[in-house]
Amino acid sequence: MGSYETQGFKLDNSGKRVVVDPISRIEGHLRVEVNLDSDNVIRNAVSTGTMWRGLEVILKGRDPRDAWAFTERICGVCTGTHALTSVRAVEDALGIQIPENANTIRNIMQLNLFSHDHLVHFYHLHALDWVDVVSALKADPKQTSELAQSISSWPLSSPGYFRDVQGRLQKFVESGQLGPFTNGYWGNPAYKLPPEANLMAVTHYLEALDFQKEIVKIHTILGGKNPHPNWLVGGVPCAINVNDVGAAGALNMERLNLIKNILDRTREFVEQVYIPDLLAIASFYKDWLYGGGLSSHNVLSYGDIPQKANDYSAANLLFPRGAIVGGDLTKVNAVDLRDPEEIQEFVNHSWYKYPDENKGLHPWDGITEPNYHPEGPNFKGMRTKIENLDESAKYSWIKAPRWKGNAMEVGCLSRMLLGYVQPKQYPFIKETIDGVLKKLAIPITALFSTLGRTAARGIETLYSVHLQSEQFDKLMASIKNGDTATANIEKWDPSRWPSEAKGVGFTEAPRGALGHWVKIKGGKIDSYQCVVPTTWNGSPRDAKGQIGAFEASLLNTPLAKADQPLEILRTLHSFDPCLACATHIMSPEGQELSKVTVR
Amino acid sequence: MENSLLILGIGNILWADEGFGVRCVEALDAGWQFGDEVKLMDGGTQGLYLLPYIEDARRLIVFDAVDYGKRPGEMVIARNDEVPRFMGVKKMSLHQTGFQEVLACAALGGKLPESMTLIGVQPEQLEDYGGSLCDVVKARIPDALKVALECVARWGIACSLRTSPAGAHIGSGVLGMDSYEAGRPSAEQACRYGDDRFLDRFRFDAISSLESGQVIPAEQ
Repeated sequence: MGSYETQGFKLDNSGKRVVVDPISRIEGHLRVEVNLDSDNVIRNAVSTGTMWRGLEVILKGRDPRDAWAFTERICGVCTGTHALTSVRAVEDALGIQIPENANTIRNIMQLNLFSHDHLVHFYHLHALDWVDVVSALKADPKQTSELAQSISSWPLSSPGYFRDVQGRLQKFVESGQLGPFTNGYWGNPAYKLPPEANLMAVTHYLEALDFQKEIVKIHTILGGKNPHPNWLVGGVPCAINVNDVGAAGALNMERLNLIKNILDRTREFVEQVYIPDLLAIASFYKDWLYGGGLSSHNVLSYGDIPQKANDYSAANLLFPRGAIVGGDLTKVNAVDLRDPEEIQEFVNHSWYKYPDENKGLHPWDGITEPNYHPEGPNFKGMRTKIENLDESAKYSWIKAPRWKGNAMEVGCLSRMLLGYVQPKQYPFIKETIDGVLKKLAIPITALFSTLGRTAARGIETLYSVHLQSEQFDKLMASIKNGDTATANIEKWDPSRWPSEAKGVGFTEAPRGALGHWVKIKGGKIDSYQCVVPTTWNGSPRDAKGQIGAFEASLLNTPLAKADQPLEILRTLHSFDPCLACATHIMSPEGQELSKVTVR
Repeated sequence: MENSLLILGIGNILWADEGFGVRCVEALDAGWQFGDEVKLMDGGTQGLYLLPYIEDARRLIVFDAVDYGKRPGEMVIARNDEVPRFMGVKKMSLHQTGFQEVLACAALGGKLPESMTLIGVQPEQLEDYGGSLCDVVKARIPDALKVALECVARWGIACSLRTSPAGAHIGSGVLGMDSYEAGRPSAEQACRYGDDRFLDRFRFDAISSLESGQVIPAEQ
């Protein structure tokens, strides 16, 4: 393909090719190939999903009321959000209205997923792209303590505390069998934090891992169990009986108080640990503003967290809904998931077959028929072992979704931008973003970056814990008014369904817009299509050569070292990518989780 | 709790033998009952989110499909330090937080269970999407349970054949093995194969062929 221009980006695949492929004996997910120019700047990027994900097809013929349980198994991280999307799709198809309390409880659970997922993502997956663990060993605990106390009132901040953590870390790094952090690119010049900031962040990494156990208790209380909470078409499977006592059964005062307590502590942790860490880390990377990709052009959000039950219009959603195209922040376009002309999936560069691949298909008419043929003049390798993909041919298991023909970025940055440009409806988002920009002394355009995406995730976490308290108060007020309804089972029985029906359900998953489109015939699922966030962000090219969000985000980024693509991982991680249906085979030789090949 | 035990089945039931661990816990729950100190859990592919449960347990039994390069259906039992744990910081996604990494996190926090037993089976078939366990792997469930029950007895934890109905939390409903198998759409309706680039690695003939550089004809 040589070089060409698309969406304002110039692509050139003539330089040396670097392959980052985390395919291992354990799992297959995402692989990227980039071309570097002579200065090690990325000039072409190719993102490919390495695994067939066909949940749609195994749902055929099943009971639509059970679909949520299967979709919960699509993957290990976004279980609840898939389940919620699924019950909403079925309710939409069958015209089922849910009680207010059910809506509120679902909101609390969904927001809980946000605070949990974002926190774990930041510390466990993403922080180590910015934080050098090995450098933390060189930190002075006393200075670390001073740093921590200067940015937050979080009580765990004494020199002795940091010395203790440093000692544990030292022991851990030295221990032969664990050798946990030996895989990292430690010492890479792209790491910019001083040792003390590194030690503080690693310490909070450990605290966050520990704290997450509190957050998930809310899912256990409201979902009946965890992992894999229970969901219900028509409401929530959680009865309210405030006079009930003991651990089993209904939602009683004791449990409601426990939820309140956890919410307060989560908010405290986010405000006093996560946000100060984020700002401290960001202040050292203000000059590293790569990775914006499509965010300054096209962003999309379906919105979520309905204030009133059963109203999924933009005005009723506490997470913003809409699309910005062409970087025009003055215009929020309405998004209609039912319109066959709006959301369409293309497979020109995906390993699927359509009868006519010149046309995109709306998910209600979607087809998921695998057609795995790695090919093209630049393809190297064999079916079972690819050396180089050829992006001019089919090259990914991910389809290419488009909104009115445009490739879109979805996720926290898209949502926060859509909130920012609608300050009347979303004052909290506007004020918080302005506060962060002011604190870091950066302009709004700095948000169009890897760092901006990471900051947006933190801001959204703050927003989520704020909303969660509001939703909790709403639930309490409703219970006090004597409303204890949590489910509507009027249409539970299939004899009350139309012979044919179709529906769409959507949520905002922590990693972006998620939609399920279902068709029901004779009481059974006739077709089911999921368009997941990473389908949007990880999208391959389309017939016009338009690139997806991952691909765009990598362009023009310089690598400090071509054989240590730290910057690539940093940017891709900032999307919180999720290529579903991980298989978790255990292998004793797991060290090689990622492989880098420079050609 | 003093003698707390977590019995955990992990894996993805949608990928054939990958569901071994979950099906073991289901079978254990269906046939036996335990006291309050024992928690049985279908851990799915929850990765890091299982950490709190592991840290809370004094003892841990894990059922899983394991790749130790054995013959399909062969069992592997690893105890304590033999149970692999490591962290990979280059993973692309939280979804790549394997169970080993969860154990490494627990170790880093100084909260690894005092005793651990991994009861694994070498899978035969993973690329049968929507499918259930292969016969050779399914046949190992009783053996796997036997090993687990021996551990339970050795640790002095009470257990008896089930007389009361099984808990609603595991193996019931549509994802239980019987309903899951019975409701499966036909192969014509629903493609069942995966990406052979990745899945072929689990077949011995494939691994050796790959090493000798041969092209492997894809199975459809």
